[in-house]
Amino acid sequence: MTSLPSLPTPKKLGLVIDLDVCVGCHACVISCKEWNTGGYGAALSDQDPYGADVSGTFLNRIHTFEVVPEGGQVIGEAGEARIVHFPKSCLHCEDAPCVTVCPTGASYKRAEDGIVLVDESKCIGCGLCAWSCAYGAREMDLAAGVMKKCTLCVDRIYNETLKEVDRVPSCVRTCPANARHYGDLADPTSDVSLMVAERGGYDLMPEQGTRPTNKYLPPRPRKPLAASAGSAVLAENTDGAKGFFAWLDGMLDRI
Amino acid sequence: MHPAFSIIVFTTLSGLGYGLAAVLGLGLLDASTLSVKLAHIGALAMIAAGLLSSTLHLGNPQRAWRALSQWRSSWLSREGVMAIATFVPLTVTAWFSIVEGRYLSVAGLAGTVMCGVTVYCTAMIYGSLRSIQAWNTGLTPLCYLLFAAAGGFLLASVAGYSSGSGGPVCAAIAILFVVGAWISKQQWWTRLRTLAPLSTPESATGLGHIGHVRLFERPHVNENYLTREMGFKVARKHALKLSRLAILSGGLAPVLLLLVAILAGGAAAVPAAVLAVFCYALGLVVERWLFFAEARHAVMNYYGG
Repeated sequence: MTSLPSLPTPKKLGLVIDLDVCVGCHACVISCKEWNTGGYGAALSDQDPYGADVSGTFLNRIHTFEVVPEGGQVIGEAGEARIVHFPKSCLHCEDAPCVTVCPTGASYKRAEDGIVLVDESKCIGCGLCAWSCAYGAREMDLAAGVMKKCTLCVDRIYNETLKEVDRVPSCVRTCPANARHYGDLADPTSDVSLMVAERGGYDLMPEQGTRPTNKYLPPRPRKPLAASAGSAVLAENTDGAKGFFAWLDGMLDRI
Repeated sequence: MHPAFSIIVFTTLSGLGYGLAAVLGLGLLDASTLSVKLAHIGALAMIAAGLLSSTLHLGNPQRAWRALSQWRSSWLSREGVMAIATFVPLTVTAWFSIVEGRYLSVAGLAGTVMCGVTVYCTAMIYGSLRSIQAWNTGLTPLCYLLFAAAGGFLLASVAGYSSGSGGPVCAAIAILFVVGAWISKQQWWTRLRTLAPLSTPESATGLGHIGHVRLFERPHVNENYLTREMGFKVARKHALKLSRLAILSGGLAPVLLLLVAILAGGAAAVPAAVLAVFCYALGLVVERWLFFAEARHAVMNYYGG
């Protein structure tokens, strides 16, 4: 049934993504593809994989943005100009339009934990859910003709055959910088909820009225370049030199 | 949005078919004449061809029957249910005209109403999507309904003129609907072209508090499903030119040709009305192409488009 759960789900499993920490390495993209091509549902196909026009289905992608404040054009010199790596996967929205537009009942939101999934045996591949998603979280698999999306690694997080440390989404497990966190955002005492409260975690495109579960943590204010450039300045003068270096300084001056 | 050929054909053909079927259901024409019988067959054929063409873009068309199940929440499902249900009164009306040569008002009027509801459902598939701001307006179903009605009366005037009765009435009403449809379409275009975007790269990334957000690198160098499906762009100058061509071909030409048919009558009326239908259909295809090509999807905020 493609109506949304009528009550708020008791759990809201989702991700918290720290834009201050992400280094844009794309490891989560690859690990997501690797896990999910052999896991839940149809494989994530590639088209023309060894050709010039390669493309394929991914459930998680990293975009990179340049943020430039008025007057702060040069990164590190004035204002907060910066490059932000921006991981993006399904936000498991509470008001998920991709669920209600589905004509077949393939697209659904789980009442127990809020995960949005596609039952691929019912999917006709009409693509309307991808149209309805403002975030681009859904991609049609062109080989299988069914819609693919992030499952929050539903086949890992409840999987008791895995070690406990591995019972998190593949992207979270693999992130070398710890920019991705997984947990229950309905529980105000969970690590992810605390992180969101502390750092001012926010929703993407709140104006779309989708009420995403996943939250993003903003980049922290940056240090001006000059603040970390002390050593570079020292190279230009020898005022503070002591001991051997003071002697060397004096000798070199006299030559 | 990518203007898929199958969807353009579907919305144009089924719109014309439902329009014609709705007008035939009003009983303005003589149901016993050959041209009205052919019109019934033509309407059903256009609707069927349109629906078949809409299944062409599915990834798994063999499961299309499942699309009838979620009418409680999905406009696409509602459209599927209504399309099939509407075949019942339309087939009954067509049967009475073709076999018995008479008009059955109960089935006819039920068919007219249900045709309208089906076209409304089709339009709401697009009109209900918040992620595509250009479509997310009440003007979208209004345009679809008026275009269907205009096409229906245009086709009916051909049937009317060739059967010898009801032609001028249908032609006169067609003129009203053609004018009404293009006025509301012009409103739709004005809204589209003066729209302040609901979502921006700043709201999409939540980084607007730092400054202006610009895409630095896409996730990958080539296209993907999203950029192919949602990233279609048409140059604004061409969009303006094409919308003017659509109005000329789909609005001005049919109105003039129908006026010729009404005023000249006789032998000139049928060819004039037929030509009006062709001009209108051409204009409508251009309008539908622009409907998709001009619509910007919110996801393009992540792709710099």
